[in-house]
Parts: sequence; structure tokens; C-alpha cells
Amino acid sequence: MQCISFEQIGVLHKRFKQLSHNEETLRRDHFNEIDDLAFNPIRAQIIEAFFDRRNFHQNGEGKVQEIGFEEFVVVMSHFRPPSAHMTEEQRGKTRREKLRFLFNMHDTDNDGIITLEEYRHVVEELLSRSGTLEKETAKCIADAAMLEVASISVGHMEPDEFYEGITFEHFLKLLERFEIESRMIIRFLNMDTTTLCK
Amino acid sequence: LSATTCAGSGCLPVFLEGSVFTVAVASSDQHSPITAHSGSHKATDHGSHNNTGKAFPVLDLNYENVRVPFEISLWVLLASLMKLGFHLVPHLSNIVPESCLLIVVGLLVGGIIRGTGETVPPVLDSKLFFYILLPPIILDAGYFLPIRPFMENLGTILIFAVVGTLWNAFFVGGLLYGVCQIGTESSSILSRIGLLQCLLFGSIISAVDPVAVLAVFEEIHINELLHILVFGESLLNDAVTVVLYHLFEEFSGIGSVTLLKGFLGVISFFVVALGGVLVGVLYGILAAFTSRFTSHTRVIEPLFVFLYSYMAYLSAEIFHLSGIMALIACGAVMRPYVEANISHKSHTTIKYFLKMWSSVSETLIFIFLGVATVAGPHDWNWTFVTVTVILCLVARVIGVVGLTFIINKFRIVKLTTKDQFIIAYGGLRGAIAFSLGFLLNKEHFPEREIFLTAIITVIFFTVFVQGMTIKPLVELLAVKKKQEAKRSINEEIHTQFLDHLLTGIEDICGHYGHHHWKDKLNRFNKKYVKKCLIAGERSKEPQLIAFYHKMEMKQAIQLVESGGGIKMPSAVPSTVSMQNIQPRPSTKPAPERAIPQLSKNKEEEIRKILRTNLQRTRQRLRSYNRHTLVADPYEDGLSDLFLKKQKMFQIEKKLKEMNTYLTVPAPPPDSPTMCRARLASDPQAYSIKPASNKVPMIQVDLASPQSPDSVNLLDEFGQANQQEEEEQGLMMKPPSRPREAKKPSEEDEAKDQQRLMRCLSDPGPSADEDEDGAFLP
Repeated sequence: MQCISFEQIGVLHKRFKQLSHNEETLRRDHFNEIDDLAFNPIRAQIIEAFFDRRNFHQNGEGKVQEIGFEEFVVVMSHFRPPSAHMTEEQRGKTRREKLRFLFNMHDTDNDGIITLEEYRHVVEELLSRSGTLEKETAKCIADAAMLEVASISVGHMEPDEFYEGITFEHFLKLLERFEIESRMIIRFLNMDTTTLCK
Repeated sequence: LSATTCAGSGCLPVFLEGSVFTVAVASSDQHSPITAHSGSHKATDHGSHNNTGKAFPVLDLNYENVRVPFEISLWVLLASLMKLGFHLVPHLSNIVPESCLLIVVGLLVGGIIRGTGETVPPVLDSKLFFYILLPPIILDAGYFLPIRPFMENLGTILIFAVVGTLWNAFFVGGLLYGVCQIGTESSSILSRIGLLQCLLFGSIISAVDPVAVLAVFEEIHINELLHILVFGESLLNDAVTVVLYHLFEEFSGIGSVTLLKGFLGVISFFVVALGGVLVGVLYGILAAFTSRFTSHTRVIEPLFVFLYSYMAYLSAEIFHLSGIMALIACGAVMRPYVEANISHKSHTTIKYFLKMWSSVSETLIFIFLGVATVAGPHDWNWTFVTVTVILCLVARVIGVVGLTFIINKFRIVKLTTKDQFIIAYGGLRGAIAFSLGFLLNKEHFPEREIFLTAIITVIFFTVFVQGMTIKPLVELLAVKKKQEAKRSINEEIHTQFLDHLLTGIEDICGHYGHHHWKDKLNRFNKKYVKKCLIAGERSKEPQLIAFYHKMEMKQAIQLVESGGGIKMPSAVPSTVSMQNIQPRPSTKPAPERAIPQLSKNKEEEIRKILRTNLQRTRQRLRSYNRHTLVADPYEDGLSDLFLKKQKMFQIEKKLKEMNTYLTVPAPPPDSPTMCRARLASDPQAYSIKPASNKVPMIQVDLASPQSPDSVNLLDEFGQANQQEEEEQGLMMKPPSRPREAKKPSEEDEAKDQQRLMRCLSDPGPSADEDEDGAFLP
């Protein structure tokens, strides 16, 4: 596990104070105040991810109502860039961590499996800002995606078998060529407060 | 060949074609000596009028009239035959890259021409090269430029293109001057070469050539990052080359260099680069806007794309802006909008014409390089040439290593030593350098021949030595190759998801990173630009849906075409089908299930049935590589095609609902369709009148394990025969089999079919039956 530098923690702390209006904890309505997020089709899921105990690296479960600075930093740490020299093992670990974050975002009912309903919800949310959405289209896409996962992960199934949903292992296999460790990063290395919005 | 014509009149581009240059043709006619055989009908007419004694010429030889077009066609034919020939010889194309072979052919042809005593025509004339041969290649590259990796690596590419080229130019030019002054006696020719001339030479020779890079890199299938880095650099360094060239040319003409002029040079670089891009963007928007209204004249759609792009190139050249950047910008900007507007056939046409022209151009360029080498004029100077070659190599290596060191501080995915080696080694020079050298004025540059010889030597060295050895080196160093990636719907979903996620996190961080701006641009694009430039309903179609529909169509097409029993269109053979995924309903059946169920066995049966009734369909090769673009093994008769088309129209309408396998093993972002009978795959064909409630659909009753030959399909065909007014009638006779008990069709299913159909977006305002009708016998 890599550490975030002191400088970055300082910057994040400033931002935390800004968002929480100098209180000690952040709540959901603090996030709702961020204007830029309004256009984001998956803002609800993003905000929920901050309050999801599974992302706090403490093997917890369930949701909380407010978070402190420590949890804020831990969630943000999922997006740090990979360090220059990483062994294969470290790279694999980072990949798992980031994919776990994504998985938690999809798996809203916390049962460790992304069911078809949950996946449909994901696709619907993604398309929700595009205006003319027909529910069937989202369903088609989600169904097709689910079918693909099943084909890749399980391969051969009898006609009467049922594919429960995407487990974390299947999810890993699905996105193994996605290079998530270099794509899911925020460059908040060179941030300073003057570039912060608001 | 009438040598007198060429030499005497001094007419420049005898080999140019096209309407603009017919003037040249006409003028060359006038210059040609009027013999009894040459040119005019006038002579013959005179003969028949005045001399009744002279016999009426039954067979007359009249070569002069057709000389120019004839020779042009001969050259192009030669180029194409050479291309054919190389791939017939079994192992040749593996060892030697095509570009080398073509240069050798050019040398041979040049040698033959010279051997027969004629003067070798100045084939690589700059006008011909820059206005006719180069644009198709650049347009092909720009139109199909993979935007995402290009933009992600734009910073790196720019640094290599601008700083790298500048470094190369000054290093080579400067050191060459030093060598010329110091290393040789003061009386030799070399010492008379001024600093400015050397710098000019350096700027000509230092530009990496896109044609050569394309030719070599396309054969080695290197990974996407390296490809886009070297290729992007070769495209973007054109601006630098243009500026440096004009700068030094002017300086050497005037003879004095001031700081102000240098400063103006820097300004002019930005003007040239940004101006070129601006011109390109303007024309791109115009083209996109025009394509919005072409729904009734689909046939000339490709023409607009080509014309606007070429105009962008020429307009940029008027103002001495970078034509290459204009062309790239035009192609890249117009593409998303144009593709949403034009028909499927036009898309295929554009793709094929671009590939064809760029392929022919590239071949011709290399052949002409060979011919021009034989033509000369040459002035071989050992010192100059060897020093040039060595300096070029050294400069390139130092430049790449140095720049990578700086760049890696800002990159997330660092460039390894292997990457650096490939980038340095892939810096090939090509015909652009030669043409630029050819353009040099003899008065200002008395040492023009020395330059030309050196340029040719460097080109030969890079193309032959580096071109031939790069493939084994790539193998040796185990450089990552291009992955045969399937575009899977899951990856697409997650790409979008990740984009939004990262934008959201950036907003939470309060950090206006490049995700934020990209998102803003996308929103702007969606809100304003798309509404203007894309016709009708498709302007609102989100990217995910567009991607999904494209894949569906590909699926249906593949499923139909592989009716010849060739392997399934999925890379992962599996028996998973939709029913395995649908949640088991506890009480009521899922009323919204619009997707029929098929398992692999059933599909095989259907395919068998289709096979017995259809003609053989063709298997397509999937590739966007110009060198391996499609072979067509089964060439049926034309009438068979029409027959097939009708049947496939029917089947595709049904098969488009099949959703079984959706991983498409194809890297190109465009959907490659080869079949000429692909009229039915036109998106317009899918705007089926939803009037008839009894939409034929495939229902396979899995519950009843009776005969696997699902007759329902054929019965549907039979029904469809009577129902569909628009069809000309199927010529297929379903074999008489006992009717199977059908699953009771759910009432909503028909409704869902219609809804599904409406999902498929349609770029045209109405179903264009005229198009189909025109092709029927």
C-alpha cells in the first residue's frame, strides 16, 4: 500500500474543511451542495461510495451517515496513481483494490454479487442524463452485458441453470484487460488551493 | 515516349491528372511535333478532303493524344501489379517490408528507362507529390485516427514532434556546418556551404515521415501506445518542418538574420500550426453540416467527405499553413458527425476509397523514390553523406532519450527503455524530405545536388536498414504487440462509468483536471453541436446506445453470413444464453421478455436450415490494415447476390433480435462490411413499419424436445411471404414438415418487438426503398 504524501493530505484537509463548512464531519447534504456534481449521471452512487463502510478498509459493512476526515482520505486513496516502481504483486493488489471499489459501487445491496437488477440500474443511471431513454434499451444493454459476463466466466451452462450474478472474481476476470490501475486515477499531486473551485 | 515533349517545352507536371491540370495536357499537345501520326484529327481530315488519292486510314496510330493519361495509368497499374506480386510470393513479405521492395522496383524501372536511352521523367515532382500523392495518405490517417489514445498522449506527442524535430534540425545542421568548415580543405565544395544552408538541410532531413512510418509500422503490429506516439509525431512535426523550411529558405535568400526575424519565426510556428488546425476544423464542421442534408442523395455522400477534406488541405496550403494538420483536423472533427448521418453503404465506400487511394499513393511514392534515385541529379560526396547519416542517427537517439527523461516526470504510464528504443528506431525518413529537397531553388542552393544525394541516402538507409530490421528487433526485445481486443459491451459500460466517476471525484476534490474539461466538452457537444450537425433522432442518441446498436448489427450480420458453417462469432464458445440470466420467475412469466431464447444447438439447426435454402454466403476477413484488406474468396454471380439479398433481408430482420453473443472480435472501431449485397444492413432498412402486429419472430420451443428442426422459423417465413407487402417475395420453399406446437405467443411480445425495433436508430427520415429497388434486376 502506498501512502499519500503529507502535501496531498494537507490539500485534502483544506478541501474537507471547505466542503464541511469547517465542521468535523461530512454528511450527504454537504456533497449535494457541490454544483458541478449536478450534471453527473451517477452522482448518487458516487456520493454513496463515500458513506459505504466497505470502502473504509476496516472490513466493515453497511452505510454510515457521516464521515470524518480519515474516512474521506481513505476513500480518496483509491484514486492515487501507481508509484513508479511497482512489482507485479503490488500492481495486482492495486488493481484488486480499485476494482473492489467499483464492485462495491455496483453491488448496492451488499450481498457480494451484482445481480441483473443491480446491473440494469447501473446502465439506467448511466443513460439517465441523455434525455430520450427507453427502459427497454437499458435492459437490452444490461442483459447483453450480463450474458457476456456469464459467457466469459462460466462458459458452459445447461439450459436450466441459472447465473446468479457477477461475483467479485468474475468481475476481476471481466475487466482484467481494462488496465484499471492506470486509468482510475486522479492527479491531485499538483493541486494547490488556488486552483480549487469555489 | 516522346522525350522531346518533356525536355523541350519545360512543362512541369506532365503526369498530373485531374480537371485542374488538363490545361497542361492541352498545352503539351500543342508542343508536340505535328507528324503524320501525331495528334490531330485535323491532319486526317485534311488528308481525306484534299488528297483523294490517299487511302482512308483504317488503322491509325495516335499515341500523342492519350500519352499523358496512358502513362499515368501505366504507372498506377504497375504499382498495383507490384502490390499483387509481393503477396503472391510466399515468404517475401515477411522478411522484407513492402516499402523496400517497391523502391527496388522503382530502381529497376528507372534503370530500364535510362537503359533505353530516354530521360527519366521527373516523377517525384513536388507539385505532384504534395497535391496528389500525399493527401490521400494523410486523410486516411486522419479520418481513422484513434482519437482516445491520441488525445491521452497528446502532450508526449507534441513534445516529440516540436521539441524533438527542432533539436534534430539544429543538431544536424549545426554539426554538419562545423564538419564542413573544419574537416575539409577550404577549397573544397563543402566549405562553401553556409550555416543557413546547413540548417535548412537539417530541418529537411530531421522530419520523421508519416508515409514511411505507416508503411513499416503497419506490418509489425506494435502496441497501440508506441504506434500512436511515433505516428502522431510524424504527423504533427509537419508544422515545425514547414516553418523551419520557409524560415531558413528566406534567410538564405536575404542573407541576414536578425533577432526580430527569429522571434517572428516562433510566432509563425504557432500561426502555421494553429491556423492549419483551424482551417481543418472549419471545413470539418462544414462537411458535417452538409452531411446532415444528404438523406435523399446518398450516392454522393462520400464525395463530400473527400472534397471538403481536400479543400481544407489546399486552403491551408494557400496561406502557407500546415496542410497536413488541416487535413488531420478536418478528418478527425467531421468523422463522428458524418458517420452518424450517412448511410452504411456510404460509410463503407468512404472507408474503401480512402484505403484504396492511400494504398496506391503509398506504392507510387516508393516506386517514384526509386525512379528518382536513378534520375539524379547526383553529387556524391563521401564526407557529407556519411556524416549526415551518422548525425541523423545520433541526434535521434539523444533526442528521444533526453525528451523521454523529461516526459516521464509527467506521465503516469512511463515509457520504458524498450519503448524509447522503438521510438528512436522508428524515426524513418521518407519521400517528404526528398520532395522538400527537390523544391530547393538552384540559384540559392548551388549544392542542391549534394543535398539531394544525402537525403536519398538517409532515406534508403532508414527504410532499408531500419525498416527491415525493426520486425526482428521487435520480436527480440519482446515488445508488447497489439492486442486483438474484442470490443465488449462491459468494457464500454465501464469506460463510460469510469469517466463519470473520475469527473465526479475531481469535482469533489475541487480539482479542475482534464476529466472535468473533457466532461464539459462532451456536454457542450451533446447540447449544441450534435443538434446542429446530426440529422434527426440520432442527435440524441447516447454513445452507449450507439455502440450497442452497432454491435447488434455486427452480430446479426455475422450470424447471417456465417451460415456457411464457419465458426461462431464469439471468441468464447459457450452455451450460455439469455435464459440462464433471466431471473427465474416465481409465479408469472416475464411479460417483458422481448428477447427470444436460443441455445447453441438450436442455432446450429437454424443455421443448417438456412444453409440448405440459401446460397453460400461469404466469410469476411476482419482487418482495417490496408495491406490485408479483404480477400473475396467466393465470388458468386450477380443474380445470386440479388437473390441472397432478398433472403438475407428477411432473415436479418428476424435475427437482429437475437442477442446471444455480443463479444465482437474486431479491433477497428468501424463496422467492416464487405458484402455488396449488404443493402439490407442499411440502418434505414430497420425502420420497418410497425403497423403489422404479427411481426414474424423466431420462437424456439425448448420445452418440447421434439425434432430439433425448428419449423417455426420456416413457418414464419411462409407467413411473412404473404404478409410483407414491401417484399418482392421470397424464392425460398420451406420443406414440408409437420407443424410444431408453438409456444403461445405472449401478447406483449409483438409490442416489445416493435419497441425493440424503434430502439434501432435510423439516420434517414424514411425508409429508402428506392435504394433497394434500384438494384433489383
